[in-house]
Amino acid sequence: MRKPSSDKKISGQSAFREFLRERKPMLDDVRHTVYLWKKTPLALVGTVIICLFLLVALFAPLLAPYSPIATDLSRKLEAPSAAHPFGLDQFGRDVLSRVIMGTRIEVSIIVIISVISIVIGLIVGIVAGYFGGIIDEILMRITDIFLAFPRLVLAMAFAAALRPTLTNAIIAISLVEWTVYARLARAEAMKIRSQPYIEAIRAVGASNIKIMVFHVLPMSISPIIVQLTMRMGTIILTAASLGFLGLGAQPPLPEWGAIVSDGRSYLMNNWWITAFPGMAIAVTVLGFNLLGDGIRDILDPRIRR
Amino acid sequence: MQSSTSDDMLLQVSHLQKFFAVRKNLYSKPLYVKAVDDCSFSIQRNTVFGVVGESGSGKTTLGRVLLRLIEATGGSVLFDNTDILSLNTQELRLFRRRMQIISQDPYNSLHPRKVVKKLIGEGLQIHFQLSAQEIDTRVRDILTLVGLREEHMYRYPHEFSGGQRQRIAIARALVLKPEFIVLDEPTSALDVSVQAIILKMLKDLKKDFALTYMLITHDLAVIDYMADYVAVMYLGQIVESGSKDDIFKRTAHPYTSLLIDSVPPPTPSEHWSGHILNGEIPSPIHSPSGCRFHPRCPQAKEICKTAEPEVVEVQPGHVVMCHFPLGS
Repeated sequence: MRKPSSDKKISGQSAFREFLRERKPMLDDVRHTVYLWKKTPLALVGTVIICLFLLVALFAPLLAPYSPIATDLSRKLEAPSAAHPFGLDQFGRDVLSRVIMGTRIEVSIIVIISVISIVIGLIVGIVAGYFGGIIDEILMRITDIFLAFPRLVLAMAFAAALRPTLTNAIIAISLVEWTVYARLARAEAMKIRSQPYIEAIRAVGASNIKIMVFHVLPMSISPIIVQLTMRMGTIILTAASLGFLGLGAQPPLPEWGAIVSDGRSYLMNNWWITAFPGMAIAVTVLGFNLLGDGIRDILDPRIRR
Repeated sequence: MQSSTSDDMLLQVSHLQKFFAVRKNLYSKPLYVKAVDDCSFSIQRNTVFGVVGESGSGKTTLGRVLLRLIEATGGSVLFDNTDILSLNTQELRLFRRRMQIISQDPYNSLHPRKVVKKLIGEGLQIHFQLSAQEIDTRVRDILTLVGLREEHMYRYPHEFSGGQRQRIAIARALVLKPEFIVLDEPTSALDVSVQAIILKMLKDLKKDFALTYMLITHDLAVIDYMADYVAVMYLGQIVESGSKDDIFKRTAHPYTSLLIDSVPPPTPSEHWSGHILNGEIPSPIHSPSGCRFHPRCPQAKEICKTAEPEVVEVQPGHVVMCHFPLGS
């Protein structure tokens, strides 16, 4: 009884060892990436900020001491104190709780906008770059139309036209953001399509769609990821700007831009309503920018090997 | 051209042309680079058809046009009596299994982010309905066949040497069981010692799998070792073609003769009486009038500057494009 079971265990173990050995280059690569990461202090700072930001978003209901929408008009505009470190706003709501709950809204804005704009951008960019010629011309001229307007103004126009809600603000920003990825993906696809390994796979008989999805896409993704992390700060800023202008999240949603906007008429005497969410925006944007720079450096092959 | 019947012919190419348009600026009339200009030849089954010429003579373009990796400007390519140039995208994709290419640069012809198993297995997935198990087995078999080991399956291309990479490229082509392979300078990027091993392997594989090769190279020693028939290209034209003996022993075109003479002897102490071919190959945009070789030809006469020579058959199967073929 005992013997076969131990045999099985050994073979299971050796299969696992075999698996590890086969994947060794990949593991080494990951290890090297971690090593480079540790050597770049600013990237590390960015990582810590973003990790904190994500943790706060994840545990927001536990961390927030009060409800973000519970009003108490008898205590409105109370200055920061031990019980309310960020003070109270004009409706007596706890600013700290609003900022903490706001992280969830910011995270969802970033994730949804990134996904939508990357998907549109990659499809447009890779198709344009891979096929070239007239398809490229048409797709890129459409992209140029979007790029011809200042981003924020265009996002405002979309948001206003679609009626100001958080969802529409997200759609509006995605419609502006995808051009960045489309141009990057096109440049990468143009570079990659003329590589001999693409011709080789074409000679084997792969279809265009297969080549684009399995060969061009994986090779063009890394500059896009770098760009994505760099743009996340901008996305927050744009969302906050729309919120500030009343074209994004509507009260009483605790979106950071909207909170800043709430406090703007009380700025002279009650600075805390605006200052704390403003700082939250600034620190998060800084974190994303540091992280983006760090990722760019780490993925740069000249530094890598 | 050869005396055998057309059934023996795997590939019949006639009047094949590939011109690249170049414009100096947006408004100027396009000029044409005649990379392949009116080439006709046939390749017999189970033979090696060598194509030689200097850099820029259009030999690589010829190989890629044959496989429709770039679209031809004119002419026809009959592969086993199917006109490749008239196939639609879908038909062509399935047809590609039968004709493969091994390119000159093993460092860039393998996708850097795919492991060997993926590189080789991809074609199997496209052309054969196989289970994951069967693909695994076939990849293992083909790796052993080209002299690699099974444990190489999960490695990335950058972990291999040039010779090993070329073996992977050969395995990728061979796993599809093709009938025809274009070898585009398969050894020019490799060390001399590795070159010999790869060439020997290609020769053995040809016998075992009843393959037909078109071997593109600038190295006459490689031609001498591998080829049965040879075509010499100059500025997009085939200036002489025939059996290997016709080309090496009964050379008829002055260009061929100069090419053969310009090969240095393998031992440095040996006295070298050969000629060096003077000058560069002219720009294919402004190719010379008359015979394209006349500016560099030692035998050039007045007529060579004005009239383009006809293709003449000096012996059965041995054709030359020259006003004054040697030895006549």
